[in-house]
Amino acid sequence: MKKLMLGNEAIARGAYEAGVKVVSAYPGTPSTEVSECIARYDEVYAEWAPNEKVAFEVAIGASFVGARSMVCMKHVGVNVAADPMFTAAYTGVNGGLVILAADDPGMHSSQNEQDTRFYARSAHIPMLEPSDSAEAKEFTKLAFELSEKYDTPVFVRTTTRLAHSQSLVETAERREVPLRPYVKDVSKYTMMPSSAIGRHVAVEAREDKLAADVNFFDVNREEMNDPSLGIVCSGVVYQYVKEALPEASVFKLGVVYPLPFGRLRDFASKVERLVVVEELEPFFQNQLKANGIDCEGKNLFSKQGEISVADIRLKLLGEKLDVEKQDLPVRPPVMCAGCPHRGVFYILNKLKVTVSADIGCYTLGAQPPLCAVDTVVCMGASVGIAHGFEKAAGREQSKRTVAVIGDSTFIHSGITGLINAVYNKSNITLVILDNSTTGMTGHQQHPATGLTLKQEPAKILDIVALCKTVGCDSVRVVDSYDLAEVEKTLKEELAADGVSVIVAKRPCALLDRNYPAPCTVSDCRKCGMCFKLGCPAIEKQADGSAKINASLCVGCGLCEKVCKFGAIKEG
Amino acid sequence: MKANILIVGVGGQGTLLASRILGALADLEGSDCKLSEVHGMSQRGGSVVTNVKIADEVKSPIIGLRDADIIMAFEKLEALRYTNYLKKGGVIVVNDQEILPMPVITGARKYPEHIVEDLRERAGKVIVVPALAIAEEIGNLKTVNVVMIGALAKNLGIPFEKIDAALKAAVKPKLYEVNRTALQRGYDIG
Repeated sequence: MKKLMLGNEAIARGAYEAGVKVVSAYPGTPSTEVSECIARYDEVYAEWAPNEKVAFEVAIGASFVGARSMVCMKHVGVNVAADPMFTAAYTGVNGGLVILAADDPGMHSSQNEQDTRFYARSAHIPMLEPSDSAEAKEFTKLAFELSEKYDTPVFVRTTTRLAHSQSLVETAERREVPLRPYVKDVSKYTMMPSSAIGRHVAVEAREDKLAADVNFFDVNREEMNDPSLGIVCSGVVYQYVKEALPEASVFKLGVVYPLPFGRLRDFASKVERLVVVEELEPFFQNQLKANGIDCEGKNLFSKQGEISVADIRLKLLGEKLDVEKQDLPVRPPVMCAGCPHRGVFYILNKLKVTVSADIGCYTLGAQPPLCAVDTVVCMGASVGIAHGFEKAAGREQSKRTVAVIGDSTFIHSGITGLINAVYNKSNITLVILDNSTTGMTGHQQHPATGLTLKQEPAKILDIVALCKTVGCDSVRVVDSYDLAEVEKTLKEELAADGVSVIVAKRPCALLDRNYPAPCTVSDCRKCGMCFKLGCPAIEKQADGSAKINASLCVGCGLCEKVCKFGAIKEG
Repeated sequence: MKANILIVGVGGQGTLLASRILGALADLEGSDCKLSEVHGMSQRGGSVVTNVKIADEVKSPIIGLRDADIIMAFEKLEALRYTNYLKKGGVIVVNDQEILPMPVITGARKYPEHIVEDLRERAGKVIVVPALAIAEEIGNLKTVNVVMIGALAKNLGIPFEKIDAALKAAVKPKLYEVNRTALQRGYDIG
């Protein structure tokens, strides 16, 4: 029976049917649901790891000992996992090892727009890219087979539109795959120069063989039609091309690395004009050109953002659409009503400090009216950046610099920055915004929540004890809703020498939805203070007075605390 | 059945469930269907778009500019924001609710006036649904999305029994009864 499935759900289903035994991951949009879906299968061990590097190493271990294993991450997670990944290409596998990497063209929920296909090339790891959910399932199964056949990890690459689109999938039964025997083999599994030299030879030989074999893979498909225009494409872009140019001839790449140059050369010889339609970098185009196959591509399509059907019709058929210019108020994402981060950013803004922030819902503290964030780079970077500020600009700078990071992000890679700060005699102030969950990706568990991915009870990492243990000079806990306490503690810790950690604790407002009654306003003096909170439930009336939208307000009472006239009352 | 339906609204309004009910409907019809959603940052009170495409064969999961037969808007300003996606003569089913975006809340911008009139200039047909008021009467504010689905289904000429079956397939059993009431109310005014 066919069933509508998200691309991510289909990947999970494919791994399940392929007999995967171990899946490890760190949440990251648009890859998160793969792990959440696979966790529902009792036959599969699935976990959240603290970061992608650890997740990758878990998958390597499971593969070495003979199981089919998978590791899932978003594109920037591949950067974190790159160290074990490059060397796993050398060791190869025992049980099949699949890497799910999700790119985000258009940056719907990411801090950069990197093209993960380059990792396939530089690490010499083959990469498949499905174009809908049915292929997502089948390609994942194929990836396990190729992994074992060619003794290499294999990438399955998705993009946001594949990961978060639903289309019909025919499911099949799971095939149990017994553990392959583990045999000690230093020349394969112990990567030191003497053995790695030999493995590098094996990597090159494998890649040469695969590069020849991909010409015969039926997931690389030629669809000859009108020979006046030939398109080379992959992934969801294939669907855009088929919709925009139903008459064109198409070469659909299922394997996006290594490329089937023999068949591409043949295709090129049969069409009058060859155009590569690919999102992000000219990955295919440059390789085609380097192999003497002339083509167009990035002369027509941008390296930024997503490609659309309309874009393809405009560039290749000259069809223009009649659209109106509009000047409407934008609606950027905001911290939710009752968000525990809001009060902390309100105080940071009030204190006029420099804030190095991190990746999570609290990145939204950069937006008006809070405007309390100076820097955001990558997971965990806030701590090192604050330390760098002090080492370069001195103690006066660190007296007005605050690093902020979420609980999950702190565990992911903030802790190492903190150890560095302590070790190197820093004077930074770090606020850990502990909302007891991984918020932005949709409430995933982590080592300090007390539950696993499979919702089983787990030991709880004590963040306060951890900070004390690594040698922080001061570790204090405040209630994120207690603005006076947050302000007082921040001022004291900024003035104090040494490394200070303030754990601002309050669960995400979306976790337990037993809210108190909404706040109310009476006799508003129109001073506008409450609007500085940027709460979506506080609306400015035409006369400048405040009104609480009772359908959005969760009664957190933050607005009561900032109102100098006592006009707002908690519900 | 063949339709490109763009569902727009504000993160948290339940556009995902609405699209899943339509997915279940396509399944009942035996049609091909693709849905496309946005997760992550945009869900935090931002402008959200969900694409529903139903046809004998669907290629791209995304509805492009001038490509939607119907826009179902859970919020008025969002209806206006996406009118460029509507085909000439297309239909807009709009919830008459206003949710102020941050630039309006902070006073930097004004919430546009006369939105429904503007929509009427740009669409073949505009159906205004007081979905929030109906959901309030039902006693569950979360049913706004299903009230809207009811109104949409009526306008697509879908028999109530069929959309009801799709609802039943898409929601948790314990939430079916309240949502069925919402569906009926939406259907009646659609």
